[in-house]
Amino acid sequence: MTNIVSGIRIVGDRTLKIVERIGAIASFLFSILIHSAASFKRFSLTIREVYFAGVQSLIIILVSGLFVGMVLGLQGHETLQRYGSEDSVGVLVALSLVRELGPVVSALLFASRAGSAITAEIGLMKATEQLSAMEMMAVNPISRVVAPRFWGGVISLPLLALLFSAMGIIGGYLIAVVLIGVDSGSFWSQMQSAVDFEHDIVNGIIKSLVFGVAISAIATFEGYEAPPTAEGVSGATTRTVVSSSLAVLALDLVLTAFMLKGWN
Amino acid sequence: MERSTLNLWVGIFVLLGFFSFLMLAFKVGNLNLSSSNETYIVTAHFDNIGQLKERAPIRSAGVLVGRVKAIQFDSKQYNAEVKLAIDSQFKFPVDTSASILTSGILGEQYVSLDAGGDDKYLKNGDQIKLVQGAVVLEKLIGQFLYNKAQDTSSTKGAAK
Repeated sequence: MTNIVSGIRIVGDRTLKIVERIGAIASFLFSILIHSAASFKRFSLTIREVYFAGVQSLIIILVSGLFVGMVLGLQGHETLQRYGSEDSVGVLVALSLVRELGPVVSALLFASRAGSAITAEIGLMKATEQLSAMEMMAVNPISRVVAPRFWGGVISLPLLALLFSAMGIIGGYLIAVVLIGVDSGSFWSQMQSAVDFEHDIVNGIIKSLVFGVAISAIATFEGYEAPPTAEGVSGATTRTVVSSSLAVLALDLVLTAFMLKGWN
Repeated sequence: MERSTLNLWVGIFVLLGFFSFLMLAFKVGNLNLSSSNETYIVTAHFDNIGQLKERAPIRSAGVLVGRVKAIQFDSKQYNAEVKLAIDSQFKFPVDTSASILTSGILGEQYVSLDAGGDDKYLKNGDQIKLVQGAVVLEKLIGQFLYNKAQDTSSTKGAAK
């Protein structure tokens, strides 16, 4: 009996901790937004973070986009062939990339490539007491350190997702048209008639913007709240990757449900 | 890293992102700036719309001339009121007929417009009078079986 009660107690404790954490991240996001003025006034700070978060993720995003598109082209052709509609492989590749894979896979890659780096950097700044030193000099670390990294991530991720989708479509084209020999004209024209600018492309960009906000908020939060030890920073980095990946997937489900069924 | 190289890289990154946006919008998607999005709306009442959906294409002679804007049930006439948004550059006579057809065997349904001969053109808010709803496969098969049964029973009756 006491075992059951303590088991239930553990469940309750975990749930409360998760809710507490989400609340803490939300209020942290709010304080970032309040202290964001400096990162736009001194835009070079943000540009620097766009370089570290975005430009340095370019290679991994471009290469994985190309490969994902190639695999989609191969698999799509293999399956569509059974129904004699291998010309539609362009539609399959483009829609899956623009709607889902582009925003989601690039967000997952971004979380592990850039999110973890942001957490580690801020966590280490905290562990080496650079953040407290800033506070001593009356410099708000949130507006000087956290907000530029946050906005750098928010700006970078939609661009990376667009690049991922574009590369993926090029990869699908290479496999389906150049290698397998699907007709190039019907590849593009069927794609164009199926992909809608507003419903597919703009919604994909909205998704990646939301993911960018979520990942950057979680990454900066974990770094800022990391215990100032070597262990603490490494734990925070792991937590950033795990919780931002889960957040991306969960948000994706919610956003997709709304986008497919309409917002009302 | 030096400021100018950093700016250069970020600039390249943003431009790359922008170009891929343009590629997605124009090469992959159907964003088309040249055709103005101005449309005029005409309504048509169908007995049955089948699987017609909003944003389904409207074709005339096989060419896309517009999209279905809205589908509603008309509770006065007990039929389906379909609002058709037709591109302003295409004008159709007032005695144009609208029918719901299917592209291919399993394809999507679309509205087909067949131009009439009147010298007045449809305006915004007009109604298309000549309509043909979707063909419902079950009804067609039912009718076929019914006719078949009638045929065989009448030939049997004649033989007696």
